[in-house]
Formats: sequence, structure tokens, C-alpha cells
Amino acid sequence: MTFLTFLTSLTSEQVVFILASILTIGAALVVVTNRNLFHAALALMASFLGVAGIYITLDAGFLAAAQLLVYIGAISILIIFAIMVTRRMMQVSESPFNSQRGLGFFVAVAGFLIVAVVILQWFGGEAFAAKPPVAPAVLSNAVAALGVSFVNPNAFALPFIVISILLLAALIGAIYIAWPRQRIDPAEDEA
Amino acid sequence: MPPVTIEWYVALSVILFLIGSMGVLLRRNAIILFMSIEMMLNSANLLFVAFARYLGDLDGQVLVFFVITVAAAEVAVGLALIVAIFRTKHSINIDEINLMKG
Amino acid sequence: MENQILIDYLPIAVLFGIALFFALLIPALSLSLGPKPKPIDEAPIHKYMPYESGIVAIGEAQRRLPVKFYRIAVLFILFDVDIILLVPWAISFRQLGMFGLAVMGLFMFLFLLGDLWVWKKGLLEWE
Repeated sequence: MTFLTFLTSLTSEQVVFILASILTIGAALVVVTNRNLFHAALALMASFLGVAGIYITLDAGFLAAAQLLVYIGAISILIIFAIMVTRRMMQVSESPFNSQRGLGFFVAVAGFLIVAVVILQWFGGEAFAAKPPVAPAVLSNAVAALGVSFVNPNAFALPFIVISILLLAALIGAIYIAWPRQRIDPAEDEA
Repeated sequence: MPPVTIEWYVALSVILFLIGSMGVLLRRNAIILFMSIEMMLNSANLLFVAFARYLGDLDGQVLVFFVITVAAAEVAVGLALIVAIFRTKHSINIDEINLMKG
Repeated sequence: MENQILIDYLPIAVLFGIALFFALLIPALSLSLGPKPKPIDEAPIHKYMPYESGIVAIGEAQRRLPVKFYRIAVLFILFDVDIILLVPWAISFRQLGMFGLAVMGLFMFLFLLGDLWVWKKGLLEWE
């Protein structure tokens, strides 16, 4: 009965936050522990979806849409293509972990403990006690304000141009690196 | 349950980042490494958006767009490298990619 | 105190609920109503082969894709990011004026330079 009263006492924001967090963290754990690459890629998509839900609780609807389009719609697809291009026969008997797993596990746990101590001390601080209310007009204009920031010389105009150079370099680099060097590829023959 | 304050978002972001770092440190498949790096970038985005909301400043959201762009460029080039490595070594096991060790 | 933003997104949550419900319902119905398959050692051998009509399957079902698929995926991801950056600019286009047009023009010029390179190299051809 106490669990039921706990459930009914939750606000809609808390419900969405809890569900999205469970989806994000659970799917992330599946990505890290699963042996099957395809299942890991699908879990990665679920994890991205959970993060999009978190963005919605933070009143960033356009970013949630961008998350869906870029991370789920493009980056996950690119990863799945890479899996299909480099696939070889399943070797389930092989350990999924690398040769430095002992040291790696130690470093990861140590990092977690350090950050957890800092966060726990910070919890309950006064600086961000409540979410500041935002006027509805500001929210409905948020996407337009982003566009203004992109091309404002006092804000992000220069990084915006630099990012296009990055896209140019990534396009040429990615296609040049993945270019087949000879007509008949030995890797394709073996497949 | 206490209201959802920024500490909850920070905690979620830290947990996501550490799961991603565990994936990078422990797994042997290079593509899983890239998935883990994407999760770590996502956790950074989460922090940007949370602080943008709690500080009432939209600049954090603009930075998220730059992070998304960098992530897309990074994954395109990185997976191209993996494809090229696979073509020469027939393996994407990071334990076998050790030519730079000397 | 209910959050107005989240109420606006309620239809999407309902859609997710319906999608999840059907995704679980259909396999559950086919499992419970359909005939039970015999275990693999009791069934006739062709029941567990890829083609029940008797054609013997050749090779592996999971084949490696040629790299040219990856090339197209790279082009797709970069255009996708480009569109995401264009949308906020397009929404606030009228208040940005000539300077905004110039910045986006430079952005698009640099971006399309790469596509011109790809086009010139003939990588858009599917052989």
C-alpha cells in the first residue's frame, strides 16, 4: 500500500524522468555487456531514446527531435552498417573483454567512486534548488533563438563556420579512408 | 520522492558516462568502443541541456548542436578507420591492433 | 502541480504505449493460439531447414556488405547533421537579415565543397 501511495504521489515530471533514466541506464548496460554486436547496437538506440525523453523533461523539444534524427536515425545506422561491413563468423566462445580488463575494471570503479563521492557531497545544495520557471513565449521561441545564436557574430558564428570545415574534413577523410585500394579486395573474396 | 533537481540529472549523466567508460576500458570489439564513446558524448550533452535549463541560458543547447556535429564526424571517420583496419588485418579486436607499439 | 510541457507530449507517450502493447500482444497471441512446433529432434528434418520446399540453402545467411554501402551512409549522416543545423536558422531567417544569409552561405559553400569532391570522384555512382 505504501508503494501505491508513493506511485500516486509522483508528479508527471518524476514519472517521465524515472522511466527515461531506467531506459537509458538499462540499455547502456546491455550495450556494454552484450556479446552480440547487433543487439548492442539496438540497445544503443534504446539508450539514445531514453536521453531524448530526458531532454523533453528539460523543455528542449527540438533537441529531443535532433537526438532522434541524428543519433538514432543516422549514427546508429552508420554503426549498424559498419557492423555489417566488418562482420565475420560468430565466435561466441571468445571472451568479449579485452586483455586489460582487470586494470580497466579497476580504473572504471575508481573513477566511479571518486565522482560518486563528489556528487553525494553536492546533493541537496542550494544553488539549483528549484527549476526556474520559463515564460511560455521564451519556450516557443527557443528554436528561433538557437538560429539567432548560430549566426550571431557575438555568439557562435565563428564556431558555426568551423564546424562546417569539420564536416568537410570528415566527409573527405571518411570516404578516402574507407576507399577500396585495389579492384578486387582480398577481404571481400574471403566473405 | 524529492522533486527532480539538477543533481538528478548530474547523477544520471555521471552514471551514463561511467558505463560508457567501462565499455571503452573493458570491451575488445572496436565497434563497441565507438558505441561507448557515443554514450559518453550523450552524457555530456545531457549535462549541457540540464545546466542550460537550470541557468535559463540557451548557450548550452547551442553547444549540444556542436557536440552532435562532432559526434557525427567522429563516428564517420572512426568507423571508416575500423573498416580500413578490418580490411588489412581481418579483425577488429583491439588486442590485435598493436602495430604502433613498436 | 502538473507540467504543461509534458502534457503537450502526452500523445507521444500514448503512441509509445500503444506501440509497446501491440509489439508484445502479437507475439503473445501467435505463441498462445498457434500450433506448437515439435522439438527439433522429433520433427521431420525439413521443418527446421531454411526452405521447407526442399531447396538446400547455400552459404551463410549473414553475408558481409560491400564497403560502398558504408560510403553512402557517411554521406547520409553528414547531410542529416547539416539539416539539423539548417532548421533553427531557417525558422529565424527573417530576423537575421543579410549577415545571417552570408554566414549560412559560407557554411553551405564549405559543406558542398566536400560533396562536389565526392561527385567529381564519381563516388555517387553505384557502379
